Amino acid sequence: MIEVERLTKTYGPARGITDISFSVEKGEILGFLGPNGAGKTTTMRILTCFMSATSGSAKIAGFDVFEDALAARRQIGYLPETVPLYTDMQVPVYLRFVAGLKGVPYRQIKIRVEEVMERVGLTHMAHKYIGELSKGYRQRVGLAQALVNDPQVLILDEPTIGLDPKQIIEIRSLIKGLQGERTIILSSHILPEISMIAGRVVIIDEGRIKAMDTPDNLIKRLRGAGKTMVRLTGPREKVLSSLRQINGVAQVEAADDAGTAAAAGLYMVEFANGQNAAHKIARAAAENHWDLYELTPVKMSLEDIFIRIVTEEEASA
Amino acid sequence: MRNFLFIFGKEVRSYLNSPVAFVVITIFTALTGYYFYNIFASFSTISYQAQTDPSVATQFGALNVTEMVVRPFFGIVSVVMLFMLPMLTMRSFAEEKKSGTMELLLTFPVRDSEAILGKFAGCMGIFAVMLALTFPSVALVGVFGAPEWGVVASGYVGLLLMGGAFVALGIFMSSLTENQVVAAALSFASLLILYMVGYSAGFAGEQVARALEYLSFDVHFQNFAKGVLDTSDLTYYLLFTILFLFLSMRSLESKRWRG
Repeated sequence: MIEVERLTKTYGPARGITDISFSVEKGEILGFLGPNGAGKTTTMRILTCFMSATSGSAKIAGFDVFEDALAARRQIGYLPETVPLYTDMQVPVYLRFVAGLKGVPYRQIKIRVEEVMERVGLTHMAHKYIGELSKGYRQRVGLAQALVNDPQVLILDEPTIGLDPKQIIEIRSLIKGLQGERTIILSSHILPEISMIAGRVVIIDEGRIKAMDTPDNLIKRLRGAGKTMVRLTGPREKVLSSLRQINGVAQVEAADDAGTAAAAGLYMVEFANGQNAAHKIARAAAENHWDLYELTPVKMSLEDIFIRIVTEEEASA
Repeated sequence: MRNFLFIFGKEVRSYLNSPVAFVVITIFTALTGYYFYNIFASFSTISYQAQTDPSVATQFGALNVTEMVVRPFFGIVSVVMLFMLPMLTMRSFAEEKKSGTMELLLTFPVRDSEAILGKFAGCMGIFAVMLALTFPSVALVGVFGAPEWGVVASGYVGLLLMGGAFVALGIFMSSLTENQVVAAALSFASLLILYMVGYSAGFAGEQVARALEYLSFDVHFQNFAKGVLDTSDLTYYLLFTILFLFLSMRSLESKRWRG
């Protein structure tokens, strides 16, 4: 549905995006993750034909965003980060205006607007001017204008930014509810949000794609290098040396200095890539007659992965 | 065409939803009405004096109501337009840029030309109302005297064309900046220069003088106010309008490239 190839946009020496390539299947939700200024908005603006790229190509539903911009734009519903709306218009008047511009047949405009207002929960705000609405309701109007022509592709830039927690949950479930019918790209710098909504995550930093996978796979991929917390009794030096001898263990550190023959100490064990030698730790504990109290894999959140990927790249650069 | 109509409707609506149009229309009508009163009153004074002293009449040439009321009135209207139209056009793109709505507008399946023409037409709609509100003054001349209606008609055609040129230039200036005051200042300054450039013709060389006169808004308008419909004047205003609408399109397009 969306195909992006080697997209590059340079503005000044520092900003912009470099060699962004990805594709999104029909019905998929793709999440853009990255710190502020990473290039999420730039990529979205190119996809929505608001900007043109310096090089590379992008296709929306088969239409090139440079060659066939009008046709591509017809397939898209776009919600910019700032939710720019005409504050001096009433909600349905604004939505009818957008529906008209997006080519909804004249006779269906009124019905479409009513449907979409119902869908995003705006019906009771029909008499209000957009300028009178709270941020949460403006966000809904923004979503409504994106949905009003029933587009195949939705591009949402930070759809929950600046909302209160209750509104965030409402908007999220609204977006989640659109899944299946449409292809959605959304960006966020709130990580749990992305892992909750998106089926696939693209991590962008400094204008480049750093990683692209499902949230689960990203976690799995890095799990091998993840840590396991071990709490057992035993003389600290002995525990350290015997754990280090276990095949598949990359590194062991004492997390506190409580470990003696009588008291349990806490150790962090890092496994070598892709291996899990937790059972060998249990066996070693049993052989040495140490009491094992805890053997917990430290789950890496997307947050950790994100920071890890971003900092790893920086370290190698 | 459809998109053009939707944008035109939205523009007119947002003019009417804000105080801008009402303030501009009111001031325009009040100022032109005031000047009309002065012109008409001084004409009737001169006419009275001429009844007792015919030499007064010869002093002013023929005492002709078209020449002495209608024509100067149109001149005044054009000057007031010079001040008021930049205030009408300044918001057209500058406001959309400032509030960010431009980003949505340019990602709707709308051609740049449709957006520009829609805004142009919306502004012209408000201007047409302004112009129509000056007609009662001219009609009043018809009640008390016998102006030449042909001259009145050609004067209004001229004002409408000149207004179109002002609006096109104003929209272009508005497309250059996101600051409405800057847009208004730029349009007003350029319009004023183009309005007065003909005055320099008197002391310029022959070739330059002709060029300056041809560039001047005022010189071209004088023909319309006299009742002369010259194709060169028509072409001047139309080309001016088309040029600046075209430049506005380029300006919007460059935004996409520069990002």
